[in-house]
Amino acid sequence: MRKLPNNLTLNNQSTDAKGARLPIHESAMKHVTGDAVYIDDMPEWPNELHIATGKSTEAHADIVSINLDKVRAHPGVVDVIVQSDIPGEIDVSPVLSGDLLLAGDFVHFIGQSIFAVAATSLRAAKQAVELAEIVYKPRISTLHPKESLERQEFVLPTHTIQCGDVKSAMASAPHKIKSDLYIKGQEHFYLEGQISVAVPNEDGGVLVYASSQHPAEVQKLVAKVLGLPVAQVLVEVRRMGGGFGGKESQAAVLGCMAAVLAIRNRCPVKYRMPRQDDMVQTGKRHDFWNSYEVGFSNEGEILSAEYDMVGKCGCTADLSDGVVDRAMFHADNAYHLPNARISGYRGKTHTVSNTAFRGFGGPKGVLLAEAVVEEIACTVGKDSLDIRKLNCYQEGKTKTPYGQEVEEDVLLTLIEELEESSDYRARRQAINEFNKQSPFLKKGLALTPVKFGISFTSKHLNQGGALIHVYTDGSVQISHGGTEMGQGLYTKVAQIVAKTFGIDYQRVNVCSTRTDKVPNASPTAASAGTDLNGMAALDAARTIKGRLQEFAMEHFGIAADEFAIEDDSVTLGNETMSFPEFVKLAYMNRVSLSSTGFYKTPKIGYDRKAAKGRPFLYFSNGAAVSEVIVDTFTGEYKVTQVDILHDVGDSINSDIDIGQIEGAFVQGMGWLTSEELSWDEKGRITTNSPANYKIPTSADVPEKFNVKLFDRANSEESIYRSKAVGEPPLMLGISVWCALKDACASVCDHKFSPPLAVPATPEAVFYSMQAAQEFVANASTNKAKAENA
Amino acid sequence: MHFLLNDKPVTETALPSDFTALRYLREKRGLTGTKEGCASGDCGACTLLVGALEGGELKYSTFNSCITPIQSLSGKHLVSVEYLSELSGKAGGELHPAQQAMVEHHGSQCGFCTPGIVLSLAGLYENSQSSDKTIDRESVCDAISGNLCRCTGYRPIIDAGLDMVKTAEDNQFVELMSKNEKIKSQLSAMKEAVSSEKHSSENDRATYLQPITLAELLQAKASHADATMIAGGTDLMLENTQRFHDFATLIDVSQVAELKQIQDNGSTLTLGASVTYSELENFSKTRYPHIYNLLSRIASRQIRNRGTIGGNVANASPIADLPPLLLALDADMQLVKVDGSKRVVNINDFYRGYKTTLLAKDELIESFWIDLTKLNAFHRFYKVSKRMEDDISSVMLAVRFELNDDKISDVRFAFGGMAATPIRAVKAEQSLIGQNVNDEPALAQAIENLRNELTPLSDMRASSRYRLDMACNLIKKAWLELNGTQVPTFSGHPVSDSLLTLGYELPSNKGQGTQEKGASHA
Repeated sequence: MRKLPNNLTLNNQSTDAKGARLPIHESAMKHVTGDAVYIDDMPEWPNELHIATGKSTEAHADIVSINLDKVRAHPGVVDVIVQSDIPGEIDVSPVLSGDLLLAGDFVHFIGQSIFAVAATSLRAAKQAVELAEIVYKPRISTLHPKESLERQEFVLPTHTIQCGDVKSAMASAPHKIKSDLYIKGQEHFYLEGQISVAVPNEDGGVLVYASSQHPAEVQKLVAKVLGLPVAQVLVEVRRMGGGFGGKESQAAVLGCMAAVLAIRNRCPVKYRMPRQDDMVQTGKRHDFWNSYEVGFSNEGEILSAEYDMVGKCGCTADLSDGVVDRAMFHADNAYHLPNARISGYRGKTHTVSNTAFRGFGGPKGVLLAEAVVEEIACTVGKDSLDIRKLNCYQEGKTKTPYGQEVEEDVLLTLIEELEESSDYRARRQAINEFNKQSPFLKKGLALTPVKFGISFTSKHLNQGGALIHVYTDGSVQISHGGTEMGQGLYTKVAQIVAKTFGIDYQRVNVCSTRTDKVPNASPTAASAGTDLNGMAALDAARTIKGRLQEFAMEHFGIAADEFAIEDDSVTLGNETMSFPEFVKLAYMNRVSLSSTGFYKTPKIGYDRKAAKGRPFLYFSNGAAVSEVIVDTFTGEYKVTQVDILHDVGDSINSDIDIGQIEGAFVQGMGWLTSEELSWDEKGRITTNSPANYKIPTSADVPEKFNVKLFDRANSEESIYRSKAVGEPPLMLGISVWCALKDACASVCDHKFSPPLAVPATPEAVFYSMQAAQEFVANASTNKAKAENA
Repeated sequence: MHFLLNDKPVTETALPSDFTALRYLREKRGLTGTKEGCASGDCGACTLLVGALEGGELKYSTFNSCITPIQSLSGKHLVSVEYLSELSGKAGGELHPAQQAMVEHHGSQCGFCTPGIVLSLAGLYENSQSSDKTIDRESVCDAISGNLCRCTGYRPIIDAGLDMVKTAEDNQFVELMSKNEKIKSQLSAMKEAVSSEKHSSENDRATYLQPITLAELLQAKASHADATMIAGGTDLMLENTQRFHDFATLIDVSQVAELKQIQDNGSTLTLGASVTYSELENFSKTRYPHIYNLLSRIASRQIRNRGTIGGNVANASPIADLPPLLLALDADMQLVKVDGSKRVVNINDFYRGYKTTLLAKDELIESFWIDLTKLNAFHRFYKVSKRMEDDISSVMLAVRFELNDDKISDVRFAFGGMAATPIRAVKAEQSLIGQNVNDEPALAQAIENLRNELTPLSDMRASSRYRLDMACNLIKKAWLELNGTQVPTFSGHPVSDSLLTLGYELPSNKGQGTQEKGASHA
């Protein structure tokens, strides 16, 4: 492993030959012993109640009548509520409106909650909800984004980004391709399902334990449904068993439902969704139906691009505005589009409202860009890597379609470094040879880059808050607005604070995330957790350290530069003192040892009217090479090698960053391979369980899986010059899809890039190869045609 | 019921028959290290290590506690993640090698799947310690095949598994389980109590019968006519955990000695109905590699440790993998009535329609008999699914060819996933019988017949079109293999990198193929 220039290492720890040790995940020991507490592990009160909801069985219908007598009569049932029982507002939408805690007189997706039961056990509640008698009057439903576009049914207005002169550039382009790509969504499948517990307090308010990426929003919405001031609600999140965006907006529903029933019944109430409810009742990654026309030169240089991207938003807006925007902002991926029109439609369908998922729309843009590259390569007869390098942002090609300059010249360097280290050219040669001689198996190879914009596209969310207390024994307690879902945020923030103070990492402790410690916090999302909260913590630590310095100067009569805290020891002119001693002294002299910290991201701003601006502070970059082997009999395949080079700036914790990169890659690979969402003609999701929705297992991960960090600091002043890592590497999984597409194209000697469905299940790969064979047959004699039919 | 829970003997008398081990640990014992991820045996967050005395040896294997009735674990040693911490205290605060390696390799992120993975790895460690087997990548992936992790991408977990360091001889962890004499003696003392105890109760909901002889089993079934039979329960228990249906009396067939036998008498292979997938997998590993390959593709390690052959067949699912195998081998089934009378039926006559069989209400499957000459003939089992591990077949083909000189004298094409029952493509078979082994037009005719013969459904696993295309292609694949063409296959775990890399370079198959081709049905 390369030397990492700015790893924030543990202080005062023995260093081995490999260099200083990095802190492990703050909960690693608790994870392996089973001591880490998730909400369902908290002791239950004897009078605690459990919730289950009665679900709509119609995609779009008026409710004619509801009879809940049998539900109420079921043993164990304590309370049953419908919409009119909600004391405050019924709308629990994150940003806009339309998401109702309980449906009223109509439903707009199968699985929508119509009523809720609180019972003495989850089992009793689940049994009871099946006894409801509900009469519907069905309406016509829209289930496909194509239909939404045809019917002009949108949850929000369409947005378009344009640059250059698309029409004339398209007209004069030597080559054109026009096609479409349907990209299916993805189930989050966090291992810990959605859950909340609400405990009423003595003042009529409520404490909510949530598994949420956005405690401030849970707090706000709980207050809304209860008709209480926000200050009466306290939300705490210690950790989530995975989030991936699925607990950004949609976790709030559980907190709200539990709170309403807790206040009504004056007892603690738990709402835990069994896996099947979770997979039916909560939103997923958006499907996208993308149609495109691209003009390019004989060399394969993109001259003009027109993209129409329709997101399947589901029945309400939820976070879809940002999701579709981000898909549009990433339709260029790493490639310069001199003339482009990119339109994003927010398609309304009568399906569960889709929501955030790692990448937040970005992957749907990036995949489109990479599919286009594969097609261009086949059209002009070049290796797709040459097309990528030709079109990649580089000197002279720096302006994105939305006007932001790509200031760092990283992409081409990074791609070339990976091309070299992965031995791409030699492997391409070997694969071509293999494919010529192998009748039953075909190999494929692809290198795909990713350039991902870092910042929330909703400007106001780009702020972070922190609160730090230093105690008289020198221990430090940190609270910040970010939540821990496994990504190692708490560990990184602790490292940042320890480094900023100059003290031992062991002295600092990050507390659970609570709305009474840091108010109005942004969601932990958009990969921005460390950028925002790390900076806020840095600010708080600097404030306290400044006070300590001021005190030292006054107390010891020393100059500013004679004060330092390094390696856990305080230098005071010629004297040194331990940190606890010095802190004790400062306390005795009445120095404030507590401070808040705040950060807002500079430079950013996007003018929606003009569709121009700088939505992102910087870009995170990376590239992956994937190699696959495909069985032409069945379409089954195996990923045999993956090489990744990823740009995280100066890494704060390379172990954690590599964990994020690998995990995101495999999650992206899963999205594009074995994970297939399926819906029936009524609008019911048929992949409602891990028995029929298949995320990757250990056997799907290649033995040759090499991940390296790109060695360059962030040119922007981010937290210790690091870069965000949560989402970008998910899109490296696209290299697997492209490699499969490449393997299919090898069947027709890359004369044509056969369409490949998303996800590329064995079935999809099989029919892509069939299409390649048909292409060969059509190009050949009629006799051959007959044989292949 | 009596069992050992970590290091404590436990007696329970009033648990509902279908009360799961997971609920027992979390709700009755506060052992919340074991997590519920799916309650359907698909994610492994609830993985439990269970020790059983087998012929004086203490053997440990992993189960999905979410779908395992606690009462089925009577007389066993239940190991939850907390046990490792208890031992850790005795080992001077050191973590178990599985835990230590997971920490050092950053094998946890959100941590929710971690206790389950730790137990799967601890089970692997335990078994490798007691058998001196080395731990390689294949064995790690096998051990965690039923453990989903959504955060790490598995690489660090696999590395952790490979790096579980053998601890010093005097360490507590060496005597963790199998070599722990105290546990052995506690369990054997319990065995007495277990075998003599009457699980029956006044309350039907609490009656869980676990007979250990066939006579006891028949008696139990006779006196509880409405009881539900349970073997591994890997499908049955979903009624309880997914549809929240409450079972009354359960009769557990999994411990009945007569039903657990695997016997090869030189002419017939007898497989007891309660033989688990894992047991058959172990048995077939060196003897019948094609059976082994299929078994290693069925479900996950945790499920294979529980699920039984009889359960898979009696459950009558059209997508089960063993029925086609047994159909291809013309297996006979010995059925036994509560009065002790027995009859033999061929599996070809067993399935009557979707989820229905000719098994009478007062009857159960005792064993399967496979004529060894059929196993000596050319046979292959191909499974196609979206995911290699722990996935249900889109299509599964079991095929057997018998040759007489260069003519095909008999053939079986048995499918899963192609109809409402496991089914044979009889018309396709017929078009090949009597034909030359390498007669391509005959093969084309067989495929043509197949297309007209079967009309599979479209569902979330595959389209009707793909199922039919696969059925045809798999037949073609088998035919090519029969004719000595080496066809690399993804059916079988793990897919060997070298096989796939070499693929086309391999010499046309020698030993195995010719031997099989030579075997004819005398």
